[in-house]
Amino acid sequence: MTAFFAKRIGMLFFIMLVVSFLVFLTFEFSPIDLARSVLGQFATEAQLAVYRAEHCLEWPFLERYLAWLGVVPDCKGEINGILQGYFGYSYQFRADVDVFVWDRLGNSAILALTAFAIIAPLSIVLGVLAGMREGSWFDRAISLFSTITTSVPEFGTGAILLTIFVVWLNVLPGTTPLEESGGWSIASQLVLPVTTLTAYYLGYLVRMVRASMVEVMARPYVRTAILKGLSFREVVVKHAMRNALITPFTAILLQLNFLFTSVVVVEAVFGFPGFGRMLVEAALRSDVSTVEAASLFAVLVVVTSQIAGDFAYMILNPRIRFS
Amino acid sequence: MTEPAATATGPVLELDNARISYFTRAGEINVIPGISFKLGHGESLGLVGESGCGKSTVAFSIVNYLGGAGRLTGGRILFEGRDTARMPAEELRSIRGGKLAMVYQDPMSSLNPVIPVGRQLMEVPIIHLGASEEEARERAVRMLREVNLPDPESLFGRYPHQLSGGQQQRVVIAMALMAEPSLLVMDEPTTGLDVTVEAAVLDLVRELRRRHNTAIVFISHNLGTVVRVCDRIGVMYAGELVEEGPIGEVFRDPRHPYTRGLLECIPLLGTDKHSTALVPIPGQVPPALYRPKGCVFAPRCGFVDQARCTTERIATTYVAGSQGHRAQCVRSAEIPKWRRPAAAAGAAVGKRDKSDVLTIDRLRKTYRQSASIFAGGGGYDVNAVNDISMTAGRGMTLAIVGESGCGKSTFAKVLTGLEPATAGKVYLEGVDIGGVPVERRDKRMKRMLQMVFQNPDSTLNPSHSVGFAIGRSLRRLKDMGRREARGRSRELMETVKLPADFVDRKPRQLSGGQKQRVAIARALAGDPDLVIADEPVSALDVSVQAAIINLLIELQASRQTTMVFISHDLSVVRYLADFVAVMYLGKIVEYGSADDVFAPPYHPYTEALLSAAPIPDPDMQQKRIVLEGAVPSVTNVPAGCPFSTRCPRKVGTICETTPPPEQLTDTGHRIACHIPLAELRAVEPVITTAAE
Repeated sequence: MTAFFAKRIGMLFFIMLVVSFLVFLTFEFSPIDLARSVLGQFATEAQLAVYRAEHCLEWPFLERYLAWLGVVPDCKGEINGILQGYFGYSYQFRADVDVFVWDRLGNSAILALTAFAIIAPLSIVLGVLAGMREGSWFDRAISLFSTITTSVPEFGTGAILLTIFVVWLNVLPGTTPLEESGGWSIASQLVLPVTTLTAYYLGYLVRMVRASMVEVMARPYVRTAILKGLSFREVVVKHAMRNALITPFTAILLQLNFLFTSVVVVEAVFGFPGFGRMLVEAALRSDVSTVEAASLFAVLVVVTSQIAGDFAYMILNPRIRFS
Repeated sequence: MTEPAATATGPVLELDNARISYFTRAGEINVIPGISFKLGHGESLGLVGESGCGKSTVAFSIVNYLGGAGRLTGGRILFEGRDTARMPAEELRSIRGGKLAMVYQDPMSSLNPVIPVGRQLMEVPIIHLGASEEEARERAVRMLREVNLPDPESLFGRYPHQLSGGQQQRVVIAMALMAEPSLLVMDEPTTGLDVTVEAAVLDLVRELRRRHNTAIVFISHNLGTVVRVCDRIGVMYAGELVEEGPIGEVFRDPRHPYTRGLLECIPLLGTDKHSTALVPIPGQVPPALYRPKGCVFAPRCGFVDQARCTTERIATTYVAGSQGHRAQCVRSAEIPKWRRPAAAAGAAVGKRDKSDVLTIDRLRKTYRQSASIFAGGGGYDVNAVNDISMTAGRGMTLAIVGESGCGKSTFAKVLTGLEPATAGKVYLEGVDIGGVPVERRDKRMKRMLQMVFQNPDSTLNPSHSVGFAIGRSLRRLKDMGRREARGRSRELMETVKLPADFVDRKPRQLSGGQKQRVAIARALAGDPDLVIADEPVSALDVSVQAAIINLLIELQASRQTTMVFISHDLSVVRYLADFVAVMYLGKIVEYGSADDVFAPPYHPYTEALLSAAPIPDPDMQQKRIVLEGAVPSVTNVPAGCPFSTRCPRKVGTICETTPPPEQLTDTGHRIACHIPLAELRAVEPVITTAAE
């Protein structure tokens, strides 16, 4: 088992390397002239040349990539790259990437983790309650509800919520700058973005847990438990639930990276200072270092949540654990 | 509740005209029109019948678990005098798993995969006896020991998938017995288990029943297993109990034509195609919605009297001078005494040809197993088929028998070219095909060898007509044109006794037996020299099985096709085969003509197999040999004789260290054993018939 996880972690670093290379390569094909875009349209050719030389922009692609990695010296003659813990310089924000990127990531983490902390338990509870009695009114109500919330896109849900709670009722703030502003607490600012994310991602998971639960309830070992004389509650809690959660559990953990990587829309709707928006802006401006930092972080979240999912699967499923 | 409380003398279970229906979108489907029987303390009743006869419905109605759609719509089911269908949920729960317990067909899926087995056992005394954790644990360990499971303490913490099928079923039985039930309902408890495991489980049930005085309702499609554990038998047909009585009486003097029909279509270990005929029951069980008026069996019955049998419902009458033997037949007292039908004179039997069609010479198939998924090196070889040699003559049936994991299916894969042989030769009509994978076999080779599989449902493509399936073989193997192939398909349908017009049907429009006939017709399309039949009848009901066996014998005699018949069912093998090879862990331990293999001298393994085979005849005397332990894993085969770890006749360490010599008799009967032939000859036969 140790070997298994060692291998997965090795894989993580390999994926990060590949992704960083691909991102770098993609920007090679960008039509944006970086020096022009930073210095503006009135800069002279001479000024542009100085800027390019200063930032090694004339170097061949591979050397710039290796310098960014920290394997070869950059044009200042220093070995200072990602391997040394230096994330590079952001042309757009005119600062070293690590000066601002952690704040943005932290903000997004707050949003994603809050949503996840609601989605994970709620999907399990609703899915189990719906699936334990297939076809009951509760089951049908849950199915209908989750179909509706999942089929409305996030910006749709966001707009609807904004209309109701901000425009009509005026009980919640319409933007989320994460600063005390206009008398709204930070907690109150989080309500609408979190609700929007929850509505969109919850339905999918509820349906998944429910389907798994329905399947398990029809299994012979549940019949065994019933004919043992256990009460329905004990049958569900002790015998059915753990089996029913094995498959959806991995999917639930995978939501964590969906949440992290696709908060862009919600951030845009609520003016949220998160890393999704930062990533979009940086990409539009060909700001390689910022995009690299954000991409690598996304890879880290995706792969670690997968490893965590595999681990949880092993814990839940003795057939994997003892084979 | 109108019934008085149960007394020790009253019946444990009483079904009083119980009527059970399923409610579907199509409306009410009445599957059990009204069934009545009683079971006293410590009694055991076997319920038999073909699939779809309502056996399991009756079993689950006793514990009042018919699912959402099923309901008791009339009559009563009384457990210890209490009506299970009309008691409050709380009371029902206190009975279930306590006084009234159940054992299920598939033990693996009946146990919760994520809870250690000990914990699953402990639940029972905690619910029903108010036991504490320690008490429950202690009881569970004691019960595991009682069902003869080795090392109960360590087994306690294991998960179901870590146990073998036989061990799982013992755990399920232990769980059922935890609260000392007065009634045990067993629904096909040994179906799917290997024959030696099945015998051991049946021995256990009989032993526990004696010790605890538990009454048992034992559901099975296999009459032989019922004989082992029950003192009474009930025969069910289309939801009705058509005959019921003490087991000896019912078998010796069956009074219902359906019971006779069942007995006539089961090959009895000890009889073969030369001595006995198998008589299939014509027709099929009617669906519950189209139950004929009068006697349900009348349309298939050889004794039918239209005037009396097809007008009104038949009453159940007791057989004169018997102890509770009753039958639901108006002609019950008129029909003659039953005798097992003898084979017709000059029955279709192939003659031994001098030429060998199939010769297998030191065949070996080795799989390479890597040590672990993650570690690259290491690993070991698994000998699935280990150095086997045998021959099969033209028009002969060579049967391969053995329990699961013995290598019989791997052998079939090598013959068909799905897996290449690792070493050795397989000659088919003089051509070595052993090392030739199927994709490199030319048309002639493919035509020479065809296959019939166990499950006809998954062999036929559901989206093509059966005529297309047969026609494609004809076009590919015999280069026939479309029109010619179509004509030939129709002929082949008639060869396998199906109407020629069936060529346009889709597999879903056919019954299981009809599908297997189509599969046989497809195999015969290229006029093969050799047909490999891998368990071709084991998924079929007994009357269908009899018809297919008869068909195979007949076709073989008329076409002189050689057949390799792979089966775990010794009775069928004994009936059908000319030559038999007994396999154990990839080795042939005994090989010879069927007459030789099924009589002393036996290989000790063959002897044990024979002693375990369930025989549906209470008058047959069968020696019981209990095999200790489980089949060793293929990764851990003993250096000497593969059977040495379980052999009851082990000579000494020589068995473990030295491979046994192959001893040959003058009739060509070959036994791989260290025990001298003379000594093996002195062993008395396993099966003897009581004086007739």
